[in-house]
Amino acid sequence: MFTTRISRTVAVGAAAALALALGACSSGNPLDEPAAPAGGDTVVIGSQAYYSNEIIAEIYAQALEKDGMKVDRRFNIGQRDAYMPEVESGAIGLFPEYTGNLLEYLKGEAASTSPEDVYAELKEALPKNLVALDYAEAADQDTYTVTKATADKYGLVSIGDLSKLPGKVTVGAAPEFEKRPYGPAAAKKSYGVELAFSATGPTTLEALRAGTVQVADIYSADPAFEQGDLVALEDPENLILSSNVVPIASDKVADRIAETINAISAKLTTEELVKLNVESTADKRQPADIAEEWLKTSGLS
Amino acid sequence: MNLFTDAVGWLLDPEQWTGGYALPVLLGQHLLYTVVSVLIAAVIAVPAGWLIGHTGRGREIAVAVSGAARAIPSFGLLILLVLLFGVLQVPAAALATFVLLAIPPLLAGAYTGLEAIDRRVVDAATATGMTQWQVFWKVEFRLGLPLLIGGLRAATLQVIATVTIAAYVNLGGLGFPIIQGIPLRKFDQVLAGALLVALLALIVDLLFALAQRAAVPVGVRASRRTAPRSPTRGRALRTAAG
Repeated sequence: MFTTRISRTVAVGAAAALALALGACSSGNPLDEPAAPAGGDTVVIGSQAYYSNEIIAEIYAQALEKDGMKVDRRFNIGQRDAYMPEVESGAIGLFPEYTGNLLEYLKGEAASTSPEDVYAELKEALPKNLVALDYAEAADQDTYTVTKATADKYGLVSIGDLSKLPGKVTVGAAPEFEKRPYGPAAAKKSYGVELAFSATGPTTLEALRAGTVQVADIYSADPAFEQGDLVALEDPENLILSSNVVPIASDKVADRIAETINAISAKLTTEELVKLNVESTADKRQPADIAEEWLKTSGLS
Repeated sequence: MNLFTDAVGWLLDPEQWTGGYALPVLLGQHLLYTVVSVLIAAVIAVPAGWLIGHTGRGREIAVAVSGAARAIPSFGLLILLVLLFGVLQVPAAALATFVLLAIPPLLAGAYTGLEAIDRRVVDAATATGMTQWQVFWKVEFRLGLPLLIGGLRAATLQVIATVTIAAYVNLGGLGFPIIQGIPLRKFDQVLAGALLVALLALIVDLLFALAQRAAVPVGVRASRRTAPRSPTRGRALRTAAG
């Protein structure tokens, strides 16, 4: 009898301690925090698990902080499937996105390709509670790229000029490029160029430089462009889906941040974006330093 | 079920049967990489396994090698070798990966085949005046063959499954529809690719099962057929006695 009472007390005590410990755990878990306090000053900014995207998000964050707003950084969230539900629910207030890629995610396939049309279509496709602020000139999108040596030798300027290349011309890209609406089949339709396809995947850049493929799909903001030995061919027919950097904001915060963020979009060009990426990949600098310097040199702080 | 019909529909679409990444081409690449890498691995591992099984020396090394090598992450190894060899040597890097994968089961099959033979049989062969070579060729090789083919079966199936990742480094194979389909979110295509790999593995496994049965020497087969009776008889006798 006595022993049972003791053991019961101990059990209750243990249970209480456990509950306390669990409570402490749950309040320490960042995932449980309310992400966006309604009506508060805090803006939650997310970013993809992509270094270039994180730099842009950091630029947004620092600019808003300079405006006296509180910012909660939720960077490196992952791919679109992972973070879009959070953006759509309003838990994340601001996210740097890419017009074409986001449109494809929302609609499955994009009807337009030029920057302004894609932006207009994206605005239509976005859920009602999300706002697309001004898009930047900076684009991170597919290109038909050749080496500068090839471009100079054969006088290549636009994608249509690829027919000047002798022999079989092969384009190297990620495997899915073959089936994209701007892949080799579409290039034939728009420009009349015959391109064979090679799924070079992660070795695309190396394959282009080694000459195993003559054309390659390199993203336009790739740091490789800084070295000056590559030329992205022009696309006058707007074959390639434009994917400009676009801030996606929740309607709860959009009005308060629009002016600051739009000023950034107005200054951000593809060349600038490439430079920012180079600072991250080649110079190994932290996003916070890169963002701070860019805001200063762009006259935004 | 709908996804399955879509996958079958994708397979039957004439678009998949032409061009640089047509299904017959991909199947051919898949088989070629499998056959070549298993052959190279066999040339290395089988003589080594026989030597270990025949002499009984180096058994610990064989066990350690075949155990440890099974833990190698094939995808990581492939990417590492591609980076080390360079983009122009991608096929060599992939072959090296698959050969390394195929060695452990082949080595194990070769030496356990010889080791599992009743020592009295080998002693009897030696006692009749056979040379070491004759003991190996006339006794050990034949009796160990079913287990060797078992090792070959395991190695081949493992390589068939792993060649799927070759498409990631532009070598084609039946993994291509899978690796192309995932970013496009075309899951009928992904499933179709997976079904093809699974089907190929099942067919090859069936062929090896038949070969393994055919490889059992006639004399051993005859004694096996009668073998299962003896334990029951023994038990019956024991119960009677108890």
